[in-house]
Amino acid sequence: MHELSLALNLVEIAREEGARLGGRVNAVHVRLGAMAGVVREALHSSYEMASADTPLQGSRLVIEDAPVVVICDHCGEQPVPDGSYWMGCPRCGAPAPVLRDGKEMELIALEIDP
Amino acid sequence: MSQAPRLVEVRRNLLKQNDVVARRLRERFSAAGTFVVSLVSSPGSGKTALLERILMELGPRHRVAALVGDLATENDAARLARSQAPVRQITTGTLCHLEAAMVETALGDWDPAQLDFLFIENVGNLVCPASYDLGESLRFVLMSVTEGEDKPLKYPTIFNSADVAVITKVDLADAVEFQWPLAMHNIQAVRPGMEILRLSAKTGTGMAECLAFLESRLAESRAVPR
Repeated sequence: MHELSLALNLVEIAREEGARLGGRVNAVHVRLGAMAGVVREALHSSYEMASADTPLQGSRLVIEDAPVVVICDHCGEQPVPDGSYWMGCPRCGAPAPVLRDGKEMELIALEIDP
Repeated sequence: MSQAPRLVEVRRNLLKQNDVVARRLRERFSAAGTFVVSLVSSPGSGKTALLERILMELGPRHRVAALVGDLATENDAARLARSQAPVRQITTGTLCHLEAAMVETALGDWDPAQLDFLFIENVGNLVCPASYDLGESLRFVLMSVTEGEDKPLKYPTIFNSADVAVITKVDLADAVEFQWPLAMHNIQAVRPGMEILRLSAKTGTGMAECLAFLESRLAESRAVPR
């Protein structure tokens, strides 16, 4: 359950950005890679706990899923289908050890009340 | 008239804080010529047994030390201290993984320049430690033959984040009818080209290869101009 640690980081960063931008934050958008090792449900409940008694209390957490993208020597960047754990090129089948994307955990946007 | 909320784009990595500390540690280790290996696995895969053996066998030839993470107890540090190597326990309380800042704090007054190898044993957990860079040079992920061949498929994130897969307790492989080709295939599926070591810390099988591997990587890391 490292989701609580992540949620605490997220709240801290979102508060900082919110204060910088001014206005009340009503939603926090994050982008999570399919291989980030984060359980969505756990992050949602952790976010609720972490944001309690902060200016972010009551704000929504919106999670955008990012697919795993591998770099194939022959075909270039290729997204891997959901639920696949085989790190290979989905087009030509060659092993593709380099992950271009899929492990990210990022705050990408804030929704601010006018 | 009420206005619609505005959506403002920001880009902030949630692990930035950890990554900053990890980078600082990596630079410090690199400047000191210390080769740092972290060990991750599920509880009971044999991290401590392997580490004990490594410290015993590398101890006479190199300056070695270890940091060991656990939720509670100092049992592992006490067990490893028998090797005579300096060992410090990191007790995480309820935290399921180590973070770079804990490593930095635990190092305390240790001078990396006085060490050839530093080993960091993570909390037994195949999920949470995956995302936390500890500033290590290499990450070992252990799986014992008794856990089954599909461990890499069940925990692809951590296998993908590691540099070396270590199959442990190989002395029990026949007893549990461990299917070697399947295990190899599964590891390569989640991390193509991954280095694989096979050993038994109990009988010593494969230990020579493991130690030779570590020593060659230490030499390589020092050959690169810093």
